[in-house]
Amino acid sequence: MKLLILLVIVLAIIAIAQLTKVYELSRSLRKNKEEEISAADNKLNANLMLVWMFLFFVGTVFLYVRYGDYLPVSASAHGVDVDQLMKVNIWLITIVFFIVNFFLFFFAWKYQYKKGRKARFFAHDNRLEMLWTLVPGVVLAFIIVYGLITWNKITGPASADALQIELYSRQFDWTARYPGENKTFGAANYNLISTSNPLGLVTPDGIRAKMDELDAQIENVEHQLEENKMMPLLPESYVATLEDKVSRLKRHKQRISDLDENSVNGLSTWEAGNDDRLVKGEMHIPVNKEVELIFRSQDVIHSAYLPHFRSQMNCVPGVATRLKMTPTVTTEEMRKITGNDSFNYILLCNKVCGAAHFNMQMKVVVESEADYNAWVAKQKMFKAPEVKEAADTTLANEPKKDTVATAMGN
Amino acid sequence: MEATDNMHAQDHGHHHHKESFISKYVFSMDHKMISKQFLITAIVMGIVAVMLSIFFRLQLGWPGEKFQILNAFLGDKWAPDGILDRNAYLAMVTIHGTIMVFFVLTGGLSGTFANLLIPLQIGARDMASGFLNMLSYWFFAVSSVIMLASLFVEGGAASGGWTIYPPLSALPQAMPGSGMGMTLWLISMVLFVASSLLGGLNYVVTIINLRTKGMKMTRLPLTVWALLVTAILGILSFPVLVSAVVLLLMDRSMGTAFYLSDIYIQGEALDVTGGSPLLYQHLFWFLGHPEVYIVLLPALGISSEVISTNSRKPIFGYKAMIGSILAIGFLSFIVWGHHMYITGMNPFLGSVFVFTTLLIAIPSAVKAFNYITTLWQGNVRFTPAMLFSVGLVSTFVTGGLTGIILADSALDVNVHDTYFVVAHFHIVMGMSAIFGMLAGVYHWFPKMYGRMLNTKLGYAHFWLTLVCGFGVFFPMHFVGMAGAPRRYYSFSEFEFLDWVMDLNPYISIFAIVGGAAQILFLVNFFHSIFYGQKASQNPWQSNTLEWTTPVQHVHGNWPGALPEVHRWAYDYSNPEHEEDFVPQVVPMKPGEHAH
Repeated sequence: MKLLILLVIVLAIIAIAQLTKVYELSRSLRKNKEEEISAADNKLNANLMLVWMFLFFVGTVFLYVRYGDYLPVSASAHGVDVDQLMKVNIWLITIVFFIVNFFLFFFAWKYQYKKGRKARFFAHDNRLEMLWTLVPGVVLAFIIVYGLITWNKITGPASADALQIELYSRQFDWTARYPGENKTFGAANYNLISTSNPLGLVTPDGIRAKMDELDAQIENVEHQLEENKMMPLLPESYVATLEDKVSRLKRHKQRISDLDENSVNGLSTWEAGNDDRLVKGEMHIPVNKEVELIFRSQDVIHSAYLPHFRSQMNCVPGVATRLKMTPTVTTEEMRKITGNDSFNYILLCNKVCGAAHFNMQMKVVVESEADYNAWVAKQKMFKAPEVKEAADTTLANEPKKDTVATAMGN
Repeated sequence: MEATDNMHAQDHGHHHHKESFISKYVFSMDHKMISKQFLITAIVMGIVAVMLSIFFRLQLGWPGEKFQILNAFLGDKWAPDGILDRNAYLAMVTIHGTIMVFFVLTGGLSGTFANLLIPLQIGARDMASGFLNMLSYWFFAVSSVIMLASLFVEGGAASGGWTIYPPLSALPQAMPGSGMGMTLWLISMVLFVASSLLGGLNYVVTIINLRTKGMKMTRLPLTVWALLVTAILGILSFPVLVSAVVLLLMDRSMGTAFYLSDIYIQGEALDVTGGSPLLYQHLFWFLGHPEVYIVLLPALGISSEVISTNSRKPIFGYKAMIGSILAIGFLSFIVWGHHMYITGMNPFLGSVFVFTTLLIAIPSAVKAFNYITTLWQGNVRFTPAMLFSVGLVSTFVTGGLTGIILADSALDVNVHDTYFVVAHFHIVMGMSAIFGMLAGVYHWFPKMYGRMLNTKLGYAHFWLTLVCGFGVFFPMHFVGMAGAPRRYYSFSEFEFLDWVMDLNPYISIFAIVGGAAQILFLVNFFHSIFYGQKASQNPWQSNTLEWTTPVQHVHGNWPGALPEVHRWAYDYSNPEHEEDFVPQVVPMKPGEHAH
């Protein structure tokens, strides 16, 4: 058997060698060498440069015409400035795009190889170099200054009377939190998160429950260690793990007991949080009023992307990030502008966060201040004892599309 | 000096080392062989990366459609019924990016051409340290194998995007791809960086110390200049990536909290506070941005050489070209924040990065205009290498211009992490660098293998690749401006994007045709290694030193004494000479002016 395989291999090698010889012989009969580009080939490629340039430019114009109105008119005040800046920049780079690509492909065609012609020995020219250092320099100076003026306008702290809304992100949904009548958010801590308290708002009950839970755990582990002292059955490494666990749990307990003493604006944390309103899957904002969005994340980095408002901000666990904007077009008005009766503003996650990242979205509704106030008043307040019920009703509010993502999140 | 050189040469001439198969082809210390090893490894990695991209383009082009080919390749776990799994999709996107950026365009491009060209173009017998050079390749090979192996582990390969931002990448409970696959990714990357550093140090030392007589820095071909600055960028920035990666490894397996704080996941509040996920991003992009130029500069160096040779004209503004390479290299270190405008970074800091980033456009513009002026009144021969170099200038300009939008923080807010970004970097970095690499392969294949590639296949390969490349990436600008985020498994959940998503099937068709076009190259490449037409001494009538070495490789490169250099590398169509090229070894005529 082995012999047979060997025989086949040897024969195959001989066959390949013979074929190669035939190939080589047949090729040596042809005269042209690969490195000598024939006049016909050179002309063909030169002409293709022009053909390509034509197709490239026509394709570009087609895309601009067909897809150039990439988003409907900005729905926020600062977005108008951004759109203007974008327009100016797009015009500038498009002009440069056409000019530079034209010269590139045109020269490649025009100066194609001609037998007997010698290229012009043109090694450097300081005036030309100066020209294409200074001209881009001046244009860029304009772009930088114009860009930074806009940037300074749209960033910076929000005004004191801006409406604050917290957007809380987690795999794979969004929750909006409104501060309630006292205009103050209750403090939150990730250690207190539970199914009935999804944002981890600090409440005396929550702290107590968590402390009890930790005490029980500590007791359990200490009990194991105690037993082991009397009758050492556990492996040493496991004992070390348990000891480590006890110290971790105690540290944890310390952190939670510290929460008790926090207070915000003279209100104790839970008093401030009691009237907070938590809404999942939908965010309402009043038109023509400055809004400050405060972003937090429960698990990984998410990004709150509001394309219709020209706004985006990352949600980073451990750090609260902020964004200000003033919506100027209500959902109803935008439906008229787009001619689409089912149009809705949308908030999408734009930082990859896991399997259902592509469907982590939230409906955004812009409405008159009166409608907004009425809507907010209808949302249930956060009160620790009743929260289970509240969570149930907010779940019912969710759009159907989100149910898959929510199931994934749990 | 000359005496030792001669002795060295005789040494090589007389007893031809009897090399075993292993020392010649496997653990070789000869830079020419190492260069081929890098190239072939990169080609293999490139095939994998292109296939992955076609897999996820099938899903994006026709979401939910069943493709039995996906099931055949990926099995029931990752493509049940021929529909790509959501986690598998993210893994493919991540590994495609990782392989392309690091293994093909960093290891492959620099590894191949720095190894091949540095000793040959500066007139050295080999790299300063052949042993480190060999280690550099083998670290690269091992890290490649680990990266490929990560595709096969339970839970799948790393899936957090090629930038692997924590906490997503730090927490195995966040997604299946953050388990074993991520650990292997990190280990692979540490080895990769080791390879890159060993190579880079060697390149710099060789260029500084081993130039032959007469090879002043101002006579170096632009390829060598580009490779020198690339190596310096790598040496300065890759160690920062290692630190980022090692800290992430510690967060993952040793309970530290460099990047983690206040996290509640899968029903558990983690015992970590005080870390910052943004620290990782700063460390990562401190490498990540110079990395863009580590990928791009060698390609620009290659195209400078190829365009000048085939236009039969000196490269226009040689010194300005060097100056712009240095300026780009320097600026690339102070722009990383432009990847982080919307992380909550202080807006004023953002302004600083806007300024520095947009400055890079100036040296880039100088380069583009100099290329075009080199073509002006030239005598252009369209070899496949020349076609790819012209294509490179087009992609460099086209992709570079959209960078102006992304650099502008106020505009970046609305297109950050959308397909606009995908379009931008695939054109300016992906296509440009691949074009540069292919130009290099077509141009120096005769030097590597002593045989010629088939020119006609090269033409077909170029035109298909150019059309398909732009066909894939150009429409993505519009998809992105309409608000489509990148790394989305499907867009069917968003009504406001429906109208622009009719582009997606076309993009996927271009991707598939463009991927298939690479088969032309592969056939041409592997066939020509064995059966290509025998190369002549100086097939492109080029000035640089590598074309004075024998077609059949010898250890030590030149059988006799090392060549002496008398002029710069770009005396093409010099009116003081009859021929339209004057190799660097030709002495100056009495009374001849240096350029």
